[in-house]
Amino acid sequence: MELSLEQKFQEKIDRDERIEPRDWMPDSYRKTLVRQISQHAHSELVGMLPEGNWISRAPSLRRKLGLMAKVQDEAGHGLYLYSAAETLGVERDTMFDQLHSGKAKYSSIFNYPTLTWADIGAIGWLVDGAAIMNQVPLCRCSYGPYARAMVRVCKEESFHQRQGFEIMLTLCQGTPEQKAMAQDALNRWWWPSLMMFGPNDAESPNTKQSMAWNIKRFSNDELRQRFVDMTVPQAELLGIKIPDPDLKLNEETGNYHFGAINWDEFWQVVKGHGPCNKDRLAARVKAHEEGAWVREAAMAYAEKQENRLNKAKTA
Amino acid sequence: MNKNLPLYEIFIRSKNGLHHKHVGSLHASDPQMAIMNARDVYTRRQEGISIWVIESKDITASNPEDSDAFYAPAEDKVYRHPTFYDLPDEVKHM
Ligand SMILES: [Fe+2]
Ligand SMILES: [Fe+2]
Repeated sequence: MELSLEQKFQEKIDRDERIEPRDWMPDSYRKTLVRQISQHAHSELVGMLPEGNWISRAPSLRRKLGLMAKVQDEAGHGLYLYSAAETLGVERDTMFDQLHSGKAKYSSIFNYPTLTWADIGAIGWLVDGAAIMNQVPLCRCSYGPYARAMVRVCKEESFHQRQGFEIMLTLCQGTPEQKAMAQDALNRWWWPSLMMFGPNDAESPNTKQSMAWNIKRFSNDELRQRFVDMTVPQAELLGIKIPDPDLKLNEETGNYHFGAINWDEFWQVVKGHGPCNKDRLAARVKAHEEGAWVREAAMAYAEKQENRLNKAKTA
Repeated sequence: MNKNLPLYEIFIRSKNGLHHKHVGSLHASDPQMAIMNARDVYTRRQEGISIWVIESKDITASNPEDSDAFYAPAEDKVYRHPTFYDLPDEVKHM
């Protein structure tokens, strides 16, 4: 019996082979990837904003260098990912338009404000920590360009998390006020970090298909649990308290049981009503628009050079 | 009008003695700018010592749909491999 294209595709996936840009793929696979990769790219880009906010106010040159390098890495991550999405036939400008018009989503965590320097520590530790948890399995994603981009990203993320944890550690070993600052940052970033893994499995209808396609390797709840299990001992090491009265080690499973997540808040932020949604988008649009003349000038220069070259050739 | 700057494919030689390897793509107005951007995007941690760039539209690629037939001629040519030739065990290092 002749297998359909769709069956052949699924067989390839089941053999854990990679799909490359010019290979046949179902439309729905392509669409899912374009949405996921471009959202991921947007998150890297918008993710620069809350931290960029503190570059000029970093408490020392050492911290400033680290933070600048981290923010620059996030720009790089955005670029690797846009490049991966483009291999699926979507144009860069289309993706920018979708981000700037509010049509495309990005990780809702970046719609929270960075109120104190300790937030920079908490972001590196928790937000990059959660991102790593999500991204490591994506290195084995069935779509080749996405998987390869994630390998580069993951190599760079580990420094992000370490610089964040070091900031937290320094604050926690400092004055009582500094330790209180670290505690306050943990209080505000803990729950939004858990939300980064997305809705509960029961509320996440696309997970099953994504797993069948080897785009996703673990469910949202599995990854969230791993993150909690990894992070609780780190908070203990810092000597600060995770803001969850229900948090408790389950001796049998070795997993931490944690309290209910406020999903209303999550959906509010996703729908655009978080504390900083408007600011973030406005900052992105402003950066893009104010950079337009640079792109135009560069193109005009390139055209002029080419004309000169052509003239010299025909002369 | 297309607002995108042209797309370039980026190839990086990580150290002398190795091939240039495809690492991804980026947008730039011309090849010089593509090289400068590639340095910032793909070699922030000394991942390369040499960069090649080429406009994506100038790459001609084989068609994956034909690959079965296209690569088939090599399939039954086992005599191109050393193990095809039977030699006594006494012959060492060959
Ligand atoms: Fe990142
Ligand atoms: Fe990061």
